[in-house]
Amino acid sequence: MKRADLVEATVAVLARAETSLPGWVVDRIEEAARRESNPLAESQLEAILENVAIAAQDQIPICQDTGFPVFHLVLGRDASLPFDLREAVADGVRRATDEVPLRPNAVDPLTRINTDDNTGPGMPDLILDLVDGDALRITAFPKGAGSENMSLLAMLNPADDPLEFVLETIVERGGMACPPLFVGVGIGGTFDLAPRLARRALLEMSGSSEAKLERDLLARINDLGIGPMGLGGDTTALGVKILTACCHTASLPVAVNLQCWANRSASATVGDNGWNID
Amino acid sequence: MEHRLKTPLTVDDVRNLCAGDLVWISGTIYTARDKVHALLRTEGRLPVDLNGAVLYHCGPLIRDDLVISAGPTTSSRMARYTKEVVDKGVKAIIGKGGISEASEHLRSQAVYLAYPGGCGALASRHLKVIDVHLAVLGMAEALWVFEAEEFGPLVVAMDSLGRDLYQEARLSAEANLRSRRS
Repeated sequence: MKRADLVEATVAVLARAETSLPGWVVDRIEEAARRESNPLAESQLEAILENVAIAAQDQIPICQDTGFPVFHLVLGRDASLPFDLREAVADGVRRATDEVPLRPNAVDPLTRINTDDNTGPGMPDLILDLVDGDALRITAFPKGAGSENMSLLAMLNPADDPLEFVLETIVERGGMACPPLFVGVGIGGTFDLAPRLARRALLEMSGSSEAKLERDLLARINDLGIGPMGLGGDTTALGVKILTACCHTASLPVAVNLQCWANRSASATVGDNGWNID
Repeated sequence: MEHRLKTPLTVDDVRNLCAGDLVWISGTIYTARDKVHALLRTEGRLPVDLNGAVLYHCGPLIRDDLVISAGPTTSSRMARYTKEVVDKGVKAIIGKGGISEASEHLRSQAVYLAYPGGCGALASRHLKVIDVHLAVLGMAEALWVFEAEEFGPLVVAMDSLGRDLYQEARLSAEANLRSRRS
């Protein structure tokens, strides 16, 4: 596969993700706007839908916080990659920063000096999976700091109820994460695996219906009444996905990754004969 | 109730606003987030007159002096500076998520207005760049001077009498959680 194709595909998926939402995400916001009984909450959902329409029409970023660049790469084991994968994706991020454009968000954590191109140590962040085949599937999953800052990890006592922790997190922090939320939950694993599961839960969320445990948790979250933007209302979350992993018998790590209503993502496939956006 | 206001705002303007009202603002709006607030604290002043001013917790995306996307940032990070900005004459703070921990500093003097988070594209249609100060802080952290035209819908989320819609939603959610446990 050619490096230039991966760079082009990276620019294209970032541009798509920043300016339009996946259809199933818009469907859920529209459905919530129809159901919402609180007029103030409804005004927030209507503004969100108008905003999404304007972004698509003007081809501009939905939100000024164009996020930090996270990519999910699903790589065919037989693909030939005669180049540095991370550097190629980073090149795409730099170009997208200039072309979309994206807000330069990457700063050194200690000096707070901005790198001005959304790349640097640890950025972009790549989540890599190996599968059969010879193609590369790339998904851009940019996420803003407003919702990322409200996400939380806890090392619970195995006697604790992990779903109670999810609810407490949403009561305390959900209103500041730009609800209605998409809630990614990682239960089990280790101190670093649980948050990775929670982010993967968001990545794997799609328009298909949730499992019973997830549907029940979603109903309990919406019962809390936090509402769009934390101002009160029927709509606090639009989706829940839970991923689990085995953990030590003495441990119970739980991570809650709160995603704002702008659940942005877009995917493309890169092969030996070029690339295609979904 | 719905209000259409022009800047600069007066104390009477803000005392007429009740939690739950909707507001559209026209006139001058200043962006300020973490670094501008920190500078106000260390220097004691900013390069603009804050008397009657509307402050917007926003780190916009700007290209060639055009507003591309300019929704609100999370206000809780700036809550610790509320007394300073209100003392300088700020009458309305626009943001998202509220500043419940600083509600007492708004009392009788100022209001907190919620702009729908993430709605940067919508905002771009109602804001124009007039000027920029402290550009050295970077695009997101600089102090941008915007001319707003019917900027809204802004929800009066915390009014000057101490009503706070965020606090109300949070307290009722906590009660809901407790009642399900018992």
